[in-house]
Amino acid sequence: MSTHRASSTTNAGNAYQALAEAHDDARWAFGTGFDDPLSGVDTTLPDDVPGGKLAEYCLMLGDDALIAAHRLQEWCTNAPELEDEVAIANISLDLLGQARLLLARAGRADGTGRSEDHYAYFRDEHEFRNVRLVERPHTDFADLAAFLLLFGSWRLALLGRLTGARDPVLAAIAGKAVKELSYHREYAAGWVVRLGDGTELSRRRMIAALDRWWPFVDELFHGHPAEIQLATLGVAVDPAYLRGEFDTVLASVLSAGRLSVPDGAPVAGVAGRTGRHGLHTEALGGILTELQGLARAHPEATW
Amino acid sequence: MSAEDHGPAYAVAATVTDPELPVLTLAELGILREVRDVDDAVVVSITPTYSGCPAMAQMRADLTDALRAAGYATVEVRTVLHPPWTTDWISETGRRKLAAAGIAPPGPARTEAVVLPLAAPPSRVRCPRCGCPDTVEISRFSGTACKALRRCPNCVEPFEHLKEI
Repeated sequence: MSTHRASSTTNAGNAYQALAEAHDDARWAFGTGFDDPLSGVDTTLPDDVPGGKLAEYCLMLGDDALIAAHRLQEWCTNAPELEDEVAIANISLDLLGQARLLLARAGRADGTGRSEDHYAYFRDEHEFRNVRLVERPHTDFADLAAFLLLFGSWRLALLGRLTGARDPVLAAIAGKAVKELSYHREYAAGWVVRLGDGTELSRRRMIAALDRWWPFVDELFHGHPAEIQLATLGVAVDPAYLRGEFDTVLASVLSAGRLSVPDGAPVAGVAGRTGRHGLHTEALGGILTELQGLARAHPEATW
Repeated sequence: MSAEDHGPAYAVAATVTDPELPVLTLAELGILREVRDVDDAVVVSITPTYSGCPAMAQMRADLTDALRAAGYATVEVRTVLHPPWTTDWISETGRRKLAAAGIAPPGPARTEAVVLPLAAPPSRVRCPRCGCPDTVEISRFSGTACKALRRCPNCVEPFEHLKEI
């Protein structure tokens, strides 16, 4: 993707520079090269909505999407079939888009004006607020399908309720995201059923995958105090209320695939702290090294 | 709406094509929401198709270039997130052009929460080449997030379908 058109007349000796100059964005080589995803959106805070708390909440939802998108990108060139390769990449792109909007919203809400790049590249591990579910590496394709079903069903239930949130920006981001997430969930459900009700091997792998993910599911329904406080103001959703919808969806998909709901014990937090508090599994460090390395080695570099 | 219903700046903006579906203009795609011009300054509002649509920046740049070339000194392109874009906003002309380009146009967008279809839904997508009404989905996602990949059992050709959203 490119916002910039090479001009044969400017700086022919340096193609990168010529590209960068076309639209005055010299940092294009590091990322999208495109400006603020909230460009021109009215980001005024509604009365009574505490900006700092809203920013914190946007980081939680944005980090979930960012880290999940990163894990999905690892499937590029590794998917079992070309069609799935493309599907996974597109799902990842949707989530990355949601992350960009949410991180940009955080920078407006807390009054710092920090950009999406600041939050993605220049925060340390303990400052990330994602649930730990999104961190775990995917070990095989059944693992990916199980992850997408669990994550997609939960996020769809969550963002579906946020379409009525009192922050119109957050509500609008959710309004777009639910359409995307319903396709993600459908894709995942199709594979969970196919693998669960497939061959002896595919079924064994699907059951094992669900067992591996299950310990991370409980955390999805325990709200951080900031979420619960905002929920009372009509700005956020207390995730405890999502459990019913999540369980119903999961039960229908699993029964279609002749699978049972796993029953493993939840992975522990530390003194009540989990992903939403900035406490993560060791897997997050590896993700951030890859995600942030280039930007941190050359901050504000131009190519 | 035709370009004649709007001001001259709209007419210019309406000629800009979509970077990923170049057979369509941004107006036909339904993402060009408003063009306001006061003297030689223009404010254009567009709505993204998908949250992560990588073509947004290109659209902004193309709109700015087209309007500047038409003599508007100041061009501002604004993003409007609400209401979210739906394939229902693709114009009739846009749908005809898609089909002519071998891309099956979308049916009516889903309005209700999706009930998980665990059995394959009946096909509602006609082959844009031979018109066969009964085609098969190969993949829910194709070269871009907005398209699915399908196959026609009659003419035995694959084709893309702009899926309902």
